[in-house]
Amino acid sequence: MGQYGIGQPVRRKEDVRLLTGKGRYTDDIHFDGQLWAAFFRSPHAHAKIKSIDSAAALSVAGVRHVFTGEDMRKGGMKPLVADINFTDRKGNKMYKPVRHILPSDRACYVGEPLVMVLADSAEAARAGAELIEIDFETLPNITSTAKAAEPDAYVLHPEHGSNIAVHWENSAPDEVDALIAQAPHKVKIHLVNNRLIVAPMEPRCAVATYDAKEDVITLYSPTQGVRPAQAGFAGLLGIDKKKLRVISLDVGGGFGIRSKRYPETAAVAWAAKHINQPVKWRGDRSETFVSDHHGRDQVNDAVMGLDKNGRVIALRLETIVNVGAYSGDNGPRLPIDGGGRIIPCGYDIEKFYFSVKPVYTNTVPTDTYRGAGRPEANYIMERLMDAAAEECGLTRDEIRRRNLIPLSKMPYRTQMNFVYDSGDFIGTMDKTLELADWKGFASRRKETEKRGKLRGIGLASFVEQAGGRPTEEMRVKFDENGKATVFSGTFSHGQGHETVYAQMVNDYLGVPFDQIDFVQGDTDTTPPGGVGTFGSRSSMMGGVAIKRSCGQIIMKGKKIAAHLLQADPAAVTFENGLFRVGVSSISIQDVARAASDPAKLPEGVTPGLDESNLFEREPDLNNFPNGCHICEVEVDPELGTIEIVKYTALDDCGVVLNPLIVHGQVYGGVAQGIGQALTEDAIYDAESGQLLAGSFMDYGMPRAHHLSMIEAHFTDDQPCKTNDLGVKGAGEAGACGAPPAFVSAVCDALTPYGVKHIDMPLTPERVWTAIQQAKAHKAA
Amino acid sequence: MQPFNYHRPTELADVVKILANSEDPKLLAGGMTLLPTLKQRLAAPSDLIDLSRIPNLQGICEDKNEIIIGAMTCHADVAASDMVRAFCPALADLAGQIGDPAVRHRGTIGGSVANADPAADYPAAVLGLNATIETNQRRIKNDDFFTGLFETALEPGEIITALRFPRPKRAQYQKFRHPASGYAVVGVMVAQFDAKARMAITGAGPNAFRPHAFEEALTGSFTAKAIEGLTLDPDELLSDMHASAAYRAHVALVLAKRAIGLIS
Amino acid sequence: MNISLTINGEKITRDIATNLLLADFLRDNLRLTGTHVGCDTTQCGCCIIHLNNKAVKSCTMLAVQADGAQITTIEGLAGANGALHPVQEAFREHHGLQCGFCTPGMVMMGADIVRRLPGADEATIRHQLEGNICRCTGYQGIVEAIMDASSQAKGI
Repeated sequence: MGQYGIGQPVRRKEDVRLLTGKGRYTDDIHFDGQLWAAFFRSPHAHAKIKSIDSAAALSVAGVRHVFTGEDMRKGGMKPLVADINFTDRKGNKMYKPVRHILPSDRACYVGEPLVMVLADSAEAARAGAELIEIDFETLPNITSTAKAAEPDAYVLHPEHGSNIAVHWENSAPDEVDALIAQAPHKVKIHLVNNRLIVAPMEPRCAVATYDAKEDVITLYSPTQGVRPAQAGFAGLLGIDKKKLRVISLDVGGGFGIRSKRYPETAAVAWAAKHINQPVKWRGDRSETFVSDHHGRDQVNDAVMGLDKNGRVIALRLETIVNVGAYSGDNGPRLPIDGGGRIIPCGYDIEKFYFSVKPVYTNTVPTDTYRGAGRPEANYIMERLMDAAAEECGLTRDEIRRRNLIPLSKMPYRTQMNFVYDSGDFIGTMDKTLELADWKGFASRRKETEKRGKLRGIGLASFVEQAGGRPTEEMRVKFDENGKATVFSGTFSHGQGHETVYAQMVNDYLGVPFDQIDFVQGDTDTTPPGGVGTFGSRSSMMGGVAIKRSCGQIIMKGKKIAAHLLQADPAAVTFENGLFRVGVSSISIQDVARAASDPAKLPEGVTPGLDESNLFEREPDLNNFPNGCHICEVEVDPELGTIEIVKYTALDDCGVVLNPLIVHGQVYGGVAQGIGQALTEDAIYDAESGQLLAGSFMDYGMPRAHHLSMIEAHFTDDQPCKTNDLGVKGAGEAGACGAPPAFVSAVCDALTPYGVKHIDMPLTPERVWTAIQQAKAHKAA
Repeated sequence: MQPFNYHRPTELADVVKILANSEDPKLLAGGMTLLPTLKQRLAAPSDLIDLSRIPNLQGICEDKNEIIIGAMTCHADVAASDMVRAFCPALADLAGQIGDPAVRHRGTIGGSVANADPAADYPAAVLGLNATIETNQRRIKNDDFFTGLFETALEPGEIITALRFPRPKRAQYQKFRHPASGYAVVGVMVAQFDAKARMAITGAGPNAFRPHAFEEALTGSFTAKAIEGLTLDPDELLSDMHASAAYRAHVALVLAKRAIGLIS
Repeated sequence: MNISLTINGEKITRDIATNLLLADFLRDNLRLTGTHVGCDTTQCGCCIIHLNNKAVKSCTMLAVQADGAQITTIEGLAGANGALHPVQEAFREHHGLQCGFCTPGMVMMGADIVRRLPGADEATIRHQLEGNICRCTGYQGIVEAIMDASSQAKGI
């Protein structure tokens, strides 16, 4: 393992380019003769469309075309139907409304794109879009998650008769209910998991061109993997996927919401072909607020019974998830067989009833966002454990120690049928308590109190699951000059794959770090089995495929080296970039050069040193990153403001390929978790159905001063046992650990007032109100 | 952004002429509010008159017991001015809390005061520090200046040229910052002058205002104890998704006490 | 309207529409696409450049307002020999970037902070970054990088 090998904090290859303004993002592309797209969006939460008049828009100088969804349907555009199927216990299927790309009959949420205007300039397109005249008949609306599930709620899709897409249950509740009824200790919690705007910093964008001769559309768009985007959009466009090339250049963050089948992107691709002219759409930030999928938005009710020793006997959990106006490809899945399938997380709970009701509302569809169900699940379990600690008279660490799955029970099959291969949950928690000086907290609290503030400490033990789709393909190719290139099926959009994969190739094949190129994000060159980057899967899927590709290269290289060295292939060894037989050796670069010349190859060996590996794992063999995060806060009891003063994280990500980069993933995940818990809230107005937090002026993105330095550590004794590398996912753990650790810390700070829980985000006013209510309660 | 005629006069007299001869003109100072408004197509003025090249609108000077800040002086310059800091540190502190550093490099005191945003910081200084607004036509007393939400006493054709602040014995500004926009959810300026005390609150009402009961109490005794028991009527304050009127009323009290506590 | 200005040391004259934003002038007219646009409300700071040596948000300025100015964009921050600016170097060293989209604005702001406040402490730097949003890094590497460059500037 050299300076650039696996496990080293190698500085990123990507950085010089990105630091000097040489990054290339979709909005940086221009095509001569391109038309600019703008969309007329629904100003109403729910309205019938009686007529659409484009005449005024078409009269604007520079406006060339106006297209409605009806035009697109006539031109082959297919409706979007989610690729999800669940049934209730009686076998009734989940209801999936048909989503038309630019609907012409009904608008179902504020911001829904309805008409596309194409013009010579962005300015003219916008001016034209402003002049689209739609005769709307406004209808009642429903945006509230909890209310949508009520029997007398206004129903958004009347043909279904209910907003509940399906009432999914893991079992009948009777046994669990009976056990809880008899339990000596019971705790009951009600949680709102706030809706979030994902807001990667690069606003969404799409550019499409059409090659009429080849009948191929080329779509440039930020994705998290070009292959799923190719399949998804080709399906919507009603064309063979060979006729759609998808290219993603540098992508400014994803967090789960890229690669989705967005209407604007489909419309841009459709229009480029329809008018045989390049089309570009640059989404404004305000547009992305109402058109990119939102995240989270659950209401959870849980009841847990415990025995007199504080051991959980049974858990009943009911979740309502707001999936928005239509089902995205993941929205309803998230609590059921998406990330939320991790429930009950790290706890050894045998009797578990779980009910999920995805509800349709007049809001932007929700979908995967960093953690995608896992942060919600861990939040439920950790709030339950805090409540149980209080109920049973145990400390917060002790209640967890008594209920976490002990190392001795690994491998462990969960209630939701995952098998945890490894993870020392209790040991990790205990180490984190030490790292955070949990014992020394009392004296720190006293010091804070001297300054008129309150101090609290909170912990969260969490487990998540990484892996996503069970296949991935990577390719390692040498050229005739001995230079290696990784063709990646995964898609880096900030994760530093160019660096980490090069570390791996450097380590496995001995190729100098700076002699390894990286290619991703183009369906013309991405391996056919490529999937992409989400669900913390790139190292465990792409990484394994790289390792196996390198293994194949060595196998083939040995045959060629043996031929060149006139030796028996079985006698050839490979180490540090050299094939050796006795005292003779040849470098892999020389073997690669020879491989390009058929004359130098042994019989039956094809030219080139170029190997792909399509790695397939057992679908349920995800891996299970876990850890413990401890947060310490100071609360100003007069104003309700919160300052994070100490944050300690111990993460079990298995084997760490590049600690610099994995630390970055932890910091970023924690920041997003703190954002959810402290400042972020995508609020809809209950009456008008308008998104009130519609821009960075109103929506509280976490800023540098909201956060503190995070002290992050990794465990080193729990490699994953189910993949070749021992790696576990690392991208989403922070978002799982931070919200419960933070909320626990704030409630701990408010112990003098007896505040048990405050729903996220813990805004100053909410904290202040909770204190006032607790004071009034005490006085009464 | 809709098209407009752009003017960059070098004489104040020319500004007046262009204002008089344009259909729907707007003055462009730092542009920190105007340009976002134009970008979002929420306004479409016929003419923009850029004040950046008019001499004598920028800079800070002292005149007897007043400090005079040219209308086109940017927030960063006020915050970094040794003269302002020596004269009234609270004014420099306030300027240093507006927006963010890049905004402070462009935004101007005249633009901010003329815009009269209910959540802007400068109005608290104008009222709390008993400033005079100097225009090309007259001097306007601070109490007569802010007339409502985004409304001022400025007449058509009237241009703010400078702000004049008298020297307080001591003053302090406390701000409760909006987590997203950076504007004041509540901002409180308290100041003690020879004859009386002044206090101004921004962010909480339709425009910045002086709570007279507080001022009387502080004139009697410039201590936090003096305003103990006084309250603001939430019915007269703003309520929105960020803060209810009741919370704003509470925050204003806390900030006022803290401001006084920091200087008394 | 005709404007003349110096961008990254090069004198540039162009005839442009008066309603063209400086950010769009840089990106669309001059193809200096390193300056990014991440919002429409002057909040995110992705578009920060140096105007007469001060950090400003180029999305909230008309190009005509920059007539006669000296502008440095991210493309012009490194030395003529290609040597990274100390802030750029520190971002690389401290993993101050992931997706890279906010990075040009962060670096330009960082350079401005280092110029104005050599030796600034962590709390000061965090508050100075009020107008720059990053969604990837949790700001940790960014703050560390600016602290490092800032202390180097002071010779600490």
